[in-house]
Amino acid sequence: MEASRFEKLSDNAWRVEPFGAMRVPAIIYASESLLREMDDKVFEQVANVAMLPGVVQASYAMPDAHWGYGFPIGGVAAFDADAGGVVSAGGVGFDVSCGVRTHLTSLTRDEIIKVQEELANALYEQVPVGVGSEGKIALGDEDMAAMLTGGAKWAVEQGFGRPEDLDRIEEHGCATGADAAAVSDRAKERQRHEMGTLGSGNHYLEVQEVRRIFDAGIAAAYGLKQGECVVTIHCGSRGLGHQIGTEFLREMAVAAPAFGIALPDRELACAPINSELGQRYLGAMRAAINCALANREIIGHLARQVFARFFKRAELPLMFDVSHNTCKVETHKVDGEPRRLFVHRKGATRAFGPDAKSLPPALARHGQPVLIGGSMGAGSFVLAGTAESEARAFSSACHGAGRRMSRHAATRAWAGRQVIDDLRAKGIIVKSPSMRGVAEEAPGAYKDVEAVVDCAEAAGLAKKVAYLAPLICIKG
Amino acid sequence: MPLRRTNSTWLELLDESERRAFMDRKDQSSTSPAAWEHFAHGADIGVRGFGPTQAEAFAQAARAMCAAIVDPKDVRPDQTIEIEAEAPSADVLLIDWLNALVYEMAARRMIFGAFDLTIAEGKLKARAYGEKISRERHAPAVEVKGATFTQLEVREDRPGLWRAQCVVDV
Repeated sequence: MEASRFEKLSDNAWRVEPFGAMRVPAIIYASESLLREMDDKVFEQVANVAMLPGVVQASYAMPDAHWGYGFPIGGVAAFDADAGGVVSAGGVGFDVSCGVRTHLTSLTRDEIIKVQEELANALYEQVPVGVGSEGKIALGDEDMAAMLTGGAKWAVEQGFGRPEDLDRIEEHGCATGADAAAVSDRAKERQRHEMGTLGSGNHYLEVQEVRRIFDAGIAAAYGLKQGECVVTIHCGSRGLGHQIGTEFLREMAVAAPAFGIALPDRELACAPINSELGQRYLGAMRAAINCALANREIIGHLARQVFARFFKRAELPLMFDVSHNTCKVETHKVDGEPRRLFVHRKGATRAFGPDAKSLPPALARHGQPVLIGGSMGAGSFVLAGTAESEARAFSSACHGAGRRMSRHAATRAWAGRQVIDDLRAKGIIVKSPSMRGVAEEAPGAYKDVEAVVDCAEAAGLAKKVAYLAPLICIKG
Repeated sequence: MPLRRTNSTWLELLDESERRAFMDRKDQSSTSPAAWEHFAHGADIGVRGFGPTQAEAFAQAARAMCAAIVDPKDVRPDQTIEIEAEAPSADVLLIDWLNALVYEMAARRMIFGAFDLTIAEGKLKARAYGEKISRERHAPAVEVKGATFTQLEVREDRPGLWRAQCVVDV
C-alpha cells in the first residue's frame, strides 16, 4: 500500500481519517516498508471495522497485518456494549483462541543435539498431528461440558498438567462466562476425539534454542537463558472452534439486517453484545477458548512425558501461554477514563504491560510474555508487553510473520522433501505426515518475522526479549 | 441432472478403472463440461466449481475443496453419506453445503471424491462418496476449517454455465 494514502503519525504509525461510514479513525502500526508490502485489502478491512457500531477510539492493524475474513489478520478493535457495541464472530475467526505456549527446559543445545533424532521421532509419535489424527482421550458428554467450562484448569484436574501452570496462562487457564449449552452438538462431536491433537497447516510443536537475548533483565525474569532450550506449541481450539466459528458467522451474517446493522462485508458478521445472539456467541466463544487452553495444556503434558524419557530432571515449567484469536472483556483508559470494553484481537496477541493485575508476581514487574512465531526454519521471538502498549492499541501486539505467498504458489515453488532436506542441512529436523503441507509452510512463503518484531518494538507495542532458533519442528 | 440411484453395493461391483471413471465423470450431455479449480487467496484456498446446472457447480466446488486436502484420484468411493441443507439464498446454500461436508469429513475422519446433488427451491439433497482418510495413502496436506463468505458467488455466468465459488479457511 502506498504511504501517501495515510497520514503519517510517526515512522511506525499511520492514520486513516474517518471517511464514509467510518465512526473512528483507522491506525496501522507498520514501518514504511512493511506498509508498502501490505496488500490493499488491509486498508479496506481496517476501514470496514471502523464502521461497526459501538467501536471505540480506533480500528487498529498490527505490523503483520494481511488480508483476513472481515477483520484483517492482525486486526484489533474494541467495542462498548453500552454504546450499542457489537461482538463479531468474524473478528475472532475460525480458530478461536489459536495461540502459543512456551515451556522452559534447563537443557542446553548440546544435550538436545545428542538425542535430536530420537527426540524428534518420539515427539512425532506421541503428539497426534495432522488431518484425521485422533487424541489419546475421548470425551463423553459430562467430560465435554466440564472441559468447556474448566479449560486448562479441567485438564490439570484430570492429571494433564500441573496446578502451577495455570498462573502462566491467560485468564488463569479458564475463561469465565463459558456456556457449554451454547455450543452445538456438531461442534462437540467434532471435538470428541480431538483433545490433545496439534492439527495441521501452520500449527507446530518446536524444540528451540534460546539463541539471542535482547533484554537481559526481562529474559532472566522469564527464565530464558542463552544456549538453553525451550519447547513451543502453536495450535488452537481444533474442530470445536472451527465449527463454532462456522455456525455463528453464518447466523450473524443472516441476522445482521434484523439488527439494523449494515455490514460493509458479510465476513464482519456481528451482533449487538446486548442481544441474545451476541450473548450466546460470547458463551460459545469462551467455551472454545477453554477448549484451546485445555488442548495446549494436554499437548504440553505429552511433551513433558516424552522429555522425561530422555532427561530425568527435565521439568518443563510453563513460561507462558498466549492466545491470538479472541474477544475479551477488559478495562482500558479511553480519553483518560477507564472503560469496560470487548476487545477483539484477530491474529493479534494481548500484550499487558508491567503491573497488570492479571500477571503473576514473577512476571508483573516486566509485563507479560508475548510469543511471536515465525516460519519453520526462521525461528520465533519472545517479547514483553509495555506500559505504552495500552495507549497504542489496547495492549496488543502482532502474532507472527504472516504469509507472503499463497499455499498454491508455495507448492509450485518448493517440494516438501527439498524443504526438509534443506532445513536438515541447517541442523533442523522437521517431521510431518504431509510433504505438500511442508511445501506450503516453506520458510520462503512467509514474511520476515524479525522485521515485524522490530517494528512492533519501534511502535511501542511490545519489547524484544529473546530470539528462539528451531532445532526440531513437528507439524501436521 | 437426476439423482442417480447408487449405493455401495453397486459401487463394489465396479473394478478399479470403472471406479476411477465414476469418480472422474463429467457431464457429457451439455456444451459446458463440469469442472473445478482453485484460485489464489492469501493464506487460504479459493474453490470454484463450474457446471451446466447450479447443482453440478456445487458438486464441483465440493470436489475442489476436497482436492485441497487429498488428490481426488486417490479417493475410493467406499462409503456413501447423505447430506441435506437448506438456506435463504443460493450463496448461503453453497456455504452450508461445503460446511456440511467439512463437518462430515471431520466427524467421520473421511475424505470425499464425488458427489450427486439436487437443488430445488433452496433445498439441497446430496450423496457424497468417499472413504476413511488414510495418512499413508492420502498424506492430507491441510485441514479445512470452514467455508467463508469471502469471494462467495453463485452465478449463472451465461445460460448453461453456473459458477459456485468461495474461499475456504485451512
